[in-house]
Amino acid sequence: MIEVNDLWKSFKDNPVLKGITLSIPAGQTYVVLGGSGSGKTVLMKHVIGLFKPDRGSVTVNGVELSGLSGKALTEARRVFGMVFQGAALFDSMTVFENVAFPLREKRRGVKLDEVRARCLEKLRVVDLGEEVLERFPSELSGGMRKRVALARALVSDPQVVLYDEPTTGLDPITTDYVDGMIKAAKERLGVTSMVISHDIASAFRVADRLAVLYDGHLAAEGTPAEVKASKDPYVQKFLSTWFEKQ
Amino acid sequence: MRRLAAALEDFGQMLFFFLETLAWALRPPYRLELILSQMAFIGVGSMFIVGVTGTFTGMVLALQFGYAMKQFAADGYVGGSVAVALTRELAPVLTALMVTGRSGSAISTELGTMRVTEQIDAMDSMAVNPIQYLVVPRVIASVLMFPALTMLFNALGFAGAYVMGIYVSAIPEGPFLEHTRQIMAPADIWHGLWKALVFGLVVSVVTTWRGYSASGGSRGVGEGTTRAVVASSIGILVVDYAMTLVSVAR
Repeated sequence: MIEVNDLWKSFKDNPVLKGITLSIPAGQTYVVLGGSGSGKTVLMKHVIGLFKPDRGSVTVNGVELSGLSGKALTEARRVFGMVFQGAALFDSMTVFENVAFPLREKRRGVKLDEVRARCLEKLRVVDLGEEVLERFPSELSGGMRKRVALARALVSDPQVVLYDEPTTGLDPITTDYVDGMIKAAKERLGVTSMVISHDIASAFRVADRLAVLYDGHLAAEGTPAEVKASKDPYVQKFLSTWFEKQ
Repeated sequence: MRRLAAALEDFGQMLFFFLETLAWALRPPYRLELILSQMAFIGVGSMFIVGVTGTFTGMVLALQFGYAMKQFAADGYVGGSVAVALTRELAPVLTALMVTGRSGSAISTELGTMRVTEQIDAMDSMAVNPIQYLVVPRVIASVLMFPALTMLFNALGFAGAYVMGIYVSAIPEGPFLEHTRQIMAPADIWHGLWKALVFGLVVSVVTTWRGYSASGGSRGVGEGTTRAVVASSIGILVVDYAMTLVSVAR
């Protein structure tokens, strides 16, 4: 489904990604763990074609995104939904307009009743109802904004959902809830998910496969059990910060 | 030397941004509702400030010209002189400067905030080109509304000059209007409107570019907005000089 092959990226003289290779099969949840500034978000932005690699390639459903630009790239992105770290809801639009946005842009001229029904359907998947439709993002809590962002990512039935730090800044109950949402999106809708996170607990709850990103390369990669058993010193140190507390 | 190279690189990137905007403006979908919304913000929203500026500029010009020309018993020419100064020069330039301060800064801040809060990336990720959605409507609206606001400035400026000339400087109405008809030609109005159109393009491209390329959080947005207003204002004056030079040389 998603193939990242020997991906290199530098910003000015600062190398961020140094030959990343990974593969995400359809229908699986793949989590990339790593500390702050390890290049996780840069990796994700390559996957959706927001960044161009210096070297290497990103292939989604057999289409190499790194070679596309303009309208072709815009069209190729239709398979994605993305939940951003800060939700990235359009603050000049209501919740309804936010969730309806990808739908209206994909099928211009679609009837308002149909759009409203689809938006409500996706909002109910994340346990929100009609009462939030006319609210603006500034009137919502952090957790609600994340849920609206997920509803927006799911509304056009994407094949792949990308989550950028979905649990950052959330309380434990909301974090647990967001983990449940990621699992529900996979199980109920069959989407392929890529999650970027530094939340070890959350990562081990939702992942089918895991990778630990350190200093621009993958220090460990495999199933959660394989990564937990990794002998890499950084991986052991990184994971011990959470597992030792348990 | 390094700063010059950085400035040239930045200018080159802005030119590419402008070309990309042109290319996206020609491709469907054409978002009429967004263009109308921006026309309301840039045009209707600026009517008050442009109207006040125009009226007072016309009044002051009439008083100053009247004071100077009375010494040569030529105060009958005040109306025509004010009309030419307004239509060819002051209306397009002052309108553009006022709209830059009001709408240009708002455009730059809005797009800059959208950039640093990842709203532009979000739009990109939803297969919606942000240049087509955010930049094209603002550029088209500016190109259409700057000339319209300039005409408002012309009308209210001349009305202000008429009131001051006739009722304060006691210039006879007949010579005031007759000399205006003789001195000012429709070409003067067209000259000012062409300038306004070009200013609209310059201001909208500069302010959208500064917002679109903002980085570094709220500080970066603030710096981007300041640079947008400064660069737009200088751009207006430089382009005004160039267009006036070409016009006079012809």
